[in-house]
Amino acid sequence: MATTLIRRAMSMTSRVSSSTVAPALRLVVTRPYASEAEAEKGDAATTNMKTFQIYRWNPDNPSKPQLQDYKIDLKECGPMVLDALIKIKNEIDPSLTFRRSCREGICGSCAMNINGCNGLACLTKIESGSSETTITPLPHMFVIKDLVVDMTNFYNQYKSIEPWLKRKNPPPTAGKEIPQSKKDRAKLDGMYECILCACCSTSCPSYWWNPESYLGPAALLHANRWISDSRDEYTKERLEAINDEFKLYRCHTILNCARACPKGLNPGKQITHIKQLQLLGSA
Amino acid sequence: MGASKGQKLSGLQKQVLSLYRGFLRAARSKPCEDRCQIESIVSAEFRRNSKQVDRKNFFYIEYLLRRGKKQLDQLKSPDTMGLSSLNVSSSQKQNAKT
Repeated sequence: MATTLIRRAMSMTSRVSSSTVAPALRLVVTRPYASEAEAEKGDAATTNMKTFQIYRWNPDNPSKPQLQDYKIDLKECGPMVLDALIKIKNEIDPSLTFRRSCREGICGSCAMNINGCNGLACLTKIESGSSETTITPLPHMFVIKDLVVDMTNFYNQYKSIEPWLKRKNPPPTAGKEIPQSKKDRAKLDGMYECILCACCSTSCPSYWWNPESYLGPAALLHANRWISDSRDEYTKERLEAINDEFKLYRCHTILNCARACPKGLNPGKQITHIKQLQLLGSA
Repeated sequence: MGASKGQKLSGLQKQVLSLYRGFLRAARSKPCEDRCQIESIVSAEFRRNSKQVDRKNFFYIEYLLRRGKKQLDQLKSPDTMGLSSLNVSSSQKQNAKT
């Protein structure tokens, strides 16, 4: 459509230029672009409308949850799903509720289910191919309102693995940090990047069936992060604490976690590492 | 949730009653003045919801149960005693208005 517009404008200018003197031609040729931009604003056919089906449920108005359709113009919207959500909240429906903060995939607030896949809204591009995008809260989590889910259980599980440095001996130099070799530090790569967005845990069927007793990929990844830390001196206790039929061994290496992780981590691999250490410890 | 004697209670009704009992127990651990206040607010909230909420609206009742459990946990904690009892009362007053 845009190219035909330009062509038509070009032919018009050439017709005009044919009747004028040659030096004026260059000035006239630049005009089609300006007029084309104006035409784009006015022309409805150049808009790119897309429907967002968004899960709505409001506790103040207790009825059944439903999907509500919002149509927005992708031409006037940023490239990410979060941009579309913010646009809808700003311009169409201010009652739409969702968590967001950094809009660059570092806070993990905007985790939601987009077209059936868990991910961060700020890191997921709006699919331009299809005409509809469905956005629902993270699966198998209790909904507080619209896209906001109750993360209490998830955070309590994270807390239960004691995610902090625990020492038996004082640091080598009193009042100073504990040094670590580059090789030991490299062991933490692939774990410290986790932002606890809960995309992995809520994509795990095993976690869906046992959310209370199974710790889930995110918490186990962090457990492994502290188990693998060369400075931590409670490795054995940590391993014992999660050596449980439910806490650890409900992981059946389904590996939905690795597929869902918006940071490209592989919690399944880290859980396997814990299982290997458990075997070594018991042997 | 007012079930008469002899009527068999559903699982959800039992959960609501045990939450109510939990609130009364938690109130007992607070000083007398706060206790009376907590008890009156809690019972008003439960009675109001028992009248207003459709007994078949399980989705909403379960939501209220979860919210109640969270508020009960806040109330139970001895460290935040003064604050949490205030929080619970203010949030429930807000709820009463809506």
